[in-house]
Amino acid sequence: MIDPSRDLDDAVDVLIQDGKITAVGRGLGTPDGATVRNVTGKVVAPGLVDLHVHLREPGNEDEETVASGARAAAAGGFTAICAMPNTDPVTDNQAAVGFIVRQSGRAGLARVHPIGAVSIGQKGERLAEFGEMVSAGAVAVSDDGKPVVPSHLMRTALEYARTFGIPVADHCEDPTLASGGVMHEGLVSTRLGLKGIPSAAEAIMVARDVLLAELTGGHVHLCHMSTRGSVAIIRDAKDRGIRVTAEVTPHHLTLTDYACEEYDTHAKMNPPLREAADVAALRGALKDGVIDCIASDHAPHAYDEKEAAFDDAPFGIVGLETAFAVAHTDLVGGGVFMLPDLIRRMSTEPARVFHLPGGTLAAGAVADVVVLDPAAKWTVDPNAFHSKSRNTPFTGRALTGRAILTIVAGTIVHEL
Amino acid sequence: MTSILGKDLTGLEHMTPEQIRLILDTAEPFKEVSERPIKKVPALRGKTIVNLFFEASTRTRISFEFAEKRLSADTVNVTASGSSVSKGETLVDTARNLEAMRIDMVVIRHPSSGAAEFLGDRIASNVINAGDGKHEHPTQALLDLLTIRDKHGKIEGLKVCLVGDVLHSRVARSNLWGLTKLGAEVAVCGPWTLMPRGIEELGVTVFGRIEEAIEWADVLNVLRLQLERMEKGFIPSLREYYRVFGVTPERLERSPRAITIMHPGPMNRGVEIDSRVADGPHSVILDQVTNGVAVRMAVLYLLAGGRAELADAAKGGE
Repeated sequence: MIDPSRDLDDAVDVLIQDGKITAVGRGLGTPDGATVRNVTGKVVAPGLVDLHVHLREPGNEDEETVASGARAAAAGGFTAICAMPNTDPVTDNQAAVGFIVRQSGRAGLARVHPIGAVSIGQKGERLAEFGEMVSAGAVAVSDDGKPVVPSHLMRTALEYARTFGIPVADHCEDPTLASGGVMHEGLVSTRLGLKGIPSAAEAIMVARDVLLAELTGGHVHLCHMSTRGSVAIIRDAKDRGIRVTAEVTPHHLTLTDYACEEYDTHAKMNPPLREAADVAALRGALKDGVIDCIASDHAPHAYDEKEAAFDDAPFGIVGLETAFAVAHTDLVGGGVFMLPDLIRRMSTEPARVFHLPGGTLAAGAVADVVVLDPAAKWTVDPNAFHSKSRNTPFTGRALTGRAILTIVAGTIVHEL
Repeated sequence: MTSILGKDLTGLEHMTPEQIRLILDTAEPFKEVSERPIKKVPALRGKTIVNLFFEASTRTRISFEFAEKRLSADTVNVTASGSSVSKGETLVDTARNLEAMRIDMVVIRHPSSGAAEFLGDRIASNVINAGDGKHEHPTQALLDLLTIRDKHGKIEGLKVCLVGDVLHSRVARSNLWGLTKLGAEVAVCGPWTLMPRGIEELGVTVFGRIEEAIEWADVLNVLRLQLERMEKGFIPSLREYYRVFGVTPERLERSPRAITIMHPGPMNRGVEIDSRVADGPHSVILDQVTNGVAVRMAVLYLLAGGRAELADAAKGGE
């Protein structure tokens, strides 16, 4: 068992009763009627937590629903995921937030925590009703998909969110610099003749958000960091005690803009894949805790939408079912850090950042558990995904490590 | 059957110097066809070619059409507007429809970079890129190379400077690959707002001042300055552009040598190029247009499986 919340890495038993962890230790007895699962040789860990997914319900249920996303999450070892509000209509009020909570309950798979919009309709004008959304179950607010452009709005969002103890998650992008861009601005975009998004478009907004977090005392969470410039700013902000947290995706930790060669639309996402030096800086930041956690930015799209010229294809890739294995193969396998560190960055830390249940196997905690087989070798076949969408750049990739059993509140929701 | 050039001609970046030379050499005998009273040879008789233009074009489309007709191919022109329907969807559906009609070749121009490759990957017919976004315009670069070779007798060792809006220019990218592969030295000149990121890493010298470029170059290929670049804020005014970067006789006079002047057209006289230069003794701008037909005939002929050594014989018949 590996439980980074208590720095535990030991061969022990875990007892689950009534949806809670009730005991952890060697040689636990078996209460009457208990089911015994022997997973000797595998790794029992707190269920993985993903702070950043896009489920397309309501609006584009052909691409993903709360239920299909929760199923994909369970298959990927996630016991809790946070759904971004850029649905259609936008999840910007208590009724819409309550709908996600109800759909999640009906599905009964991985927990789906709604994130409410920062602004009404994600238009970047007026604040949405944070208080009511929080009481309906929202765990954070974000206009993700777009940045919160007006600095005054971001300021008031941070202050108002502080009132309710939730973070504001920002998609950092200066829209005037990024306008029309479809990939990282650099040598590859020059060769392909594609309009680039410069790294500065992200770092400028990161710097602004850090300054506003300092000004307001609010908690800013920086979504899907992609550049070494951003890393430097966050490192400095944390040193100065500013309330900033950050996430990075498995693809930004493992791929570069060279993946866009041949105009592969499955390598088109926003923020774009950057350069090798950015990948190295992001890995270092994750290891040091400058970046707190890994999030998938799971973004389903219908197959025919990606079947287009690069300019015309939408941004985004699915990630729930490959996130752990990609990170495990390249980061643990690549010697960046050890498995307990990866579990910390994919479970304990994300749960802490958004104040979610889970992320620990301490007695009394919710019984959200994953059993991982770190030695399992498999090959990515998008046709086998539980997600409704197939848009991944990892097709055919040989990976090591996989969730073989996922338990949410004591109930098995996935078993390989 | 796959030709010596491969199935498609989508760009020069991934072609070998030998393939490029082969096209130029094959164009030589085809030049003569256009000088005949009856400008037609049977090399592509029975082949059907679609000219698929998603973007406005006059000279490239007409040049291709003449090349096709002078080789006796049957041609159809499709001018699709990318404005009303989503461009990507149109492209996929268009590809499928063309395939269903069993055509032999497609000449495509499209506003999205990579569109020609996209089409080529999805249909069995040969695809020729007539300009895709800001990516490549290979036949333009080939005709530029042929014109330089005609004028100077060689390409290797020549100093060629591309002047102007390199950032948005597919002509510049194709020229850069073609020229460097054939051993020319390449420079670019223009304001930094119109230079793509990392251009120096492609082995190119960057001149910030036109005077420096003129002092250095044997050939100036003056790119068209799209007028909308001013509206989008890349340059403050056309007036200032002419004053700072315009290729004028006064500037050329200071050069130690007679510089060959090229322009892919259409020209903005008095913006990137002075009329006295465009119409002057060292301008080969109209030779470029003439060579365009011969180069395109060579490309069509070779992609259709024609053998270079038989190009002369292929002209026979009527």
